[in-house]
Amino acid sequence: MREEQREKMTLTMESRSRNEAFARAVVAAFVARLDPTLEELEDIRTAVSEAVTNAVVHGYRDREGEIRLLAEIEGDLLTLEIQDWGVGIPDIEKAMEPLFTTCPEGERSGMGFSFMEAFMDSLQVISAPDQGTTIRMEKKIGAGEDNGNG
Amino acid sequence: MEYELIGKNLVIHLPEELDHHSCGTLKQDTEECLRSYDIRRIVLDFSAVNFMDSTGIGVILGRYKRMQETGGDVALYGAGRRIRRLLRMSGIEKLAAVCEEEADALKR
Repeated sequence: MREEQREKMTLTMESRSRNEAFARAVVAAFVARLDPTLEELEDIRTAVSEAVTNAVVHGYRDREGEIRLLAEIEGDLLTLEIQDWGVGIPDIEKAMEPLFTTCPEGERSGMGFSFMEAFMDSLQVISAPDQGTTIRMEKKIGAGEDNGNG
Repeated sequence: MEYELIGKNLVIHLPEELDHHSCGTLKQDTEECLRSYDIRRIVLDFSAVNFMDSTGIGVILGRYKRMQETGGDVALYGAGRRIRRLLRMSGIEKLAAVCEEEADALKR
C-alpha cells in the first residue's frame, strides 16, 4: 500500500506541434514516482499526446494559443487535465465517435478520443463553441499489477 | 523520416516518435515521390518506432486511400507489440498487409 499523498504540477505551453512530445515527456517524468508499469506509462503517454494534439490541430487550428496541462497524483490515482481556449467542439458526442474527424486533409484518423478512452480509466470532455476545450482523464496506477505486467 | 525506392515500392522509414509533429510533411513528401515515380505499393517501416499515437493510424489510412486511387496498396513491417495493439484497436490491419520483415512487405 502506497502512502496517501497529493502532488500536482501545471505546465503551460504554446500550441506548437513540437510540444506534443514535450508534454508526453513531462507527464511521464511526473508519473514515474508512482512506479507505473511500462504499459501504464505507454497508455498515459498516448493519451497525453492525443489530448495535446487535439488542442494544437483542432482547438487552435494551427494558429497559436495557450495549452495548460494539469497533472495530479492522489494516492495511486492520476488525474490529467488538458485545456485550450480555442474554437471548442460544437457536438462532443459526434467528436467522440470512432473515425469521426473534421480534418479536411484526411490525415487525422478520428481515433484520438477512442484511444484516450481505451487507455485511461475515465474521460470527460468539457467544451462549447468559442469556449475552448478541457479534457479530463483519470487512471489508477497499479491496477493491472496482478496481470503480471509489473 | 527517410524515403527509399525499391523497384515499384516506396519504403518510408518512420521516425522513433510517430506523432502529428514528426509527420508534418509526410503527406507532401509522399505526393512528390508518387508524382515522380511509378509506385505500386507504399511500404511503411515501423522498426524504429517506439512511440505512436493515432497520428500513425491517420498515416496508414491516408496512404491507403491515396494508393486506392491508382490501384496500388500499402504494407507495413517491423511493428512492435504496442503498435500492433493500436493497429488492431483501430481495425487498420484490414487495410494494410502487416509483415515481419521488409522482404515480406515488398511487392515484387
